[in-house]
Amino acid sequence: MKIIVCIKQVPDTSGKVAVNPDGTLDRASMQTITNPDDLNAVEAALKIKDATGCEVIVVTMGPAPAAGMLREAMAMGADRAVLVSAREFGGSDTYATSQILAAAVKRIGVEKDDIVMCGRQAIDGDTAQVGPQIAEKLDLPQVTYAADIQKDGDKITVRRMLEDGYMTIRVETPCLLTCIKELNSPRYMNIKGIYDTYNKPLDVFDYETLKDDPLIDPTTIGLKGSPTNILTSFTPPLKGAGMMLEGADHATTDKLAELLAAKHII
Amino acid sequence: MDFNLSREQELVRKMMHDFTETEIRPIAAETDRTAQYPAETIDKLFDLGVMGMIVPREYGGAGADDLAGAIAIEEISKVCASTGDILATHNGLCCGPILQHGTEEQKKKYLAMLTTGKKVGAFCLTEPNAGSDASKGCTTAKLEGDHYVLNGSKIFITNGYVAEVFVVFAMTDPSKGTKGISAFIVESSFPGFSVGKHEVKMGLHGSPTAEIVFTDCIVPKENLLGREGKGFGIAMQTLDGGRIGIAAQALGIAEGAYNETVTYTKGRVQFGKPISKFQNTQFLLADMYMNIEAGRGLLHKAALAKMSGKRFSLEAACAKLFCSELAMQNTTKAVQMHGGYGYTNDYPVERMMRDAKITEIYEGTSEIQRVVISNNIL
Repeated sequence: MKIIVCIKQVPDTSGKVAVNPDGTLDRASMQTITNPDDLNAVEAALKIKDATGCEVIVVTMGPAPAAGMLREAMAMGADRAVLVSAREFGGSDTYATSQILAAAVKRIGVEKDDIVMCGRQAIDGDTAQVGPQIAEKLDLPQVTYAADIQKDGDKITVRRMLEDGYMTIRVETPCLLTCIKELNSPRYMNIKGIYDTYNKPLDVFDYETLKDDPLIDPTTIGLKGSPTNILTSFTPPLKGAGMMLEGADHATTDKLAELLAAKHII
Repeated sequence: MDFNLSREQELVRKMMHDFTETEIRPIAAETDRTAQYPAETIDKLFDLGVMGMIVPREYGGAGADDLAGAIAIEEISKVCASTGDILATHNGLCCGPILQHGTEEQKKKYLAMLTTGKKVGAFCLTEPNAGSDASKGCTTAKLEGDHYVLNGSKIFITNGYVAEVFVVFAMTDPSKGTKGISAFIVESSFPGFSVGKHEVKMGLHGSPTAEIVFTDCIVPKENLLGREGKGFGIAMQTLDGGRIGIAAQALGIAEGAYNETVTYTKGRVQFGKPISKFQNTQFLLADMYMNIEAGRGLLHKAALAKMSGKRFSLEAACAKLFCSELAMQNTTKAVQMHGGYGYTNDYPVERMMRDAKITEIYEGTSEIQRVVISNNIL
């Protein structure tokens, strides 16, 4: 049994966001992090590994420096990694990305007991499309917005968290799950993991590796194969996050006074 | 010549930064206020392999290098010097000498306890009349059959009332002076071991400091660390290594104070603009930053010297002296730049200033570091 986790390196939006003239993100000039929801997917996979001893493989598509993020996932406990990287894949939108990632996952191989996991959505594009599209292209059953995952043999019971409530679904492996932050708290890297990570296998799937897959068609990958057109990119004006204090007692008013004093407002 | 960290050392820094920001920052002020030993944090540091990280794999550790060990202490100490102290003592002063001088059996037993066994370690050298002059200890160890009998007391022992494994120095032959000192591995469960007074300190409130009392304490003969009479050398060698840890702790405090001051001065408006716009503030921050870089250079040089297997007393003394005095300077400046707010416990800089002071005193005072340095250069 193995779990393939698709993860993405995203700009750290707590820093400055830079945009290329064509409207795509200028990733080279920005600090990067592993997409937060993807870390929840990694943690979910590692929890199942802790319980079953299964193999966990992390996969990403991105430029060569994205390998650093894969090493971090292996320092958390993943067993091996695949970096999908080629000039031909650059500029892909969600449609093209899912074509390529589906081809990569297919090449790794999805067998009866296996699970593919993704984060719900990335904090850069915020589309939540890639996971479901990979499932479609691989013809796998999918369950999105997983807030709880219980595995019992080849049956997986997933509690989906929706805007207006919960939905519990039972699905059989192989399947694809997309994970949300409520699912778990991702573990830290650990010291042994750090000293092991550069000895773990990291394969690179380039265009040559994947080109024979029917999903890899020059008309459906890369910037040219991406149906999405960006008209304009802009940074929305900053709005204060706001804070709600609840209560009608002295403790709450004291807390309010403390917060205002800390900001030198009073 | 390369000033870059290794890939693993970079990851250790990132991991420790993430851990510290999430797990330690929220409780650092409370740990200081209540003087509570941060037991949960230490438990997590065991789980992550940080406690005992420099111990090789075959003895239960993570096999990390000394510079990575220093980086872990530095990152934690940016936010909570108490937790940094607990870690520095455990790794440098307890795991360190057992690793370096222990027999295979001692290493197998005690390093496993100090890593996977989650037992905290400590180091007992200082006595009421033997501080900087560590050769004047009165604790004795008398061989009686298959065991030694220890009598005496040790003071200012970091991790004192939480540790379960202690490296203890005692006179096996008081007539021989420093050549009569021997080192032992003592467990808190041994008969005759007890914890005395818990110290109330100016800073490092979360770091448990206590007196350790030996009353006819029975220590098995096989727990002699190194050979009889070689204890003073073991203590000095251990302190050389420990000084790298304290340099890292002090550097972390200096950086923490700098970070707080940058944030505060950018937000604090006086005379119509943030005080970071005043040249006085800018020059002060520039000096704080420059000295942190200098301290880091000395610290890394000392850690690399230790890793190379050569003698590193001089490098360790330079790093410890510079970084501890820097911690005091930067925290004092940080309080000044915070003005009246800096003097209150609404901001962490007053805690950092209190925590900084001890780094100029323990594991060899600044004066002793100057003695070590001058002995090496003259």
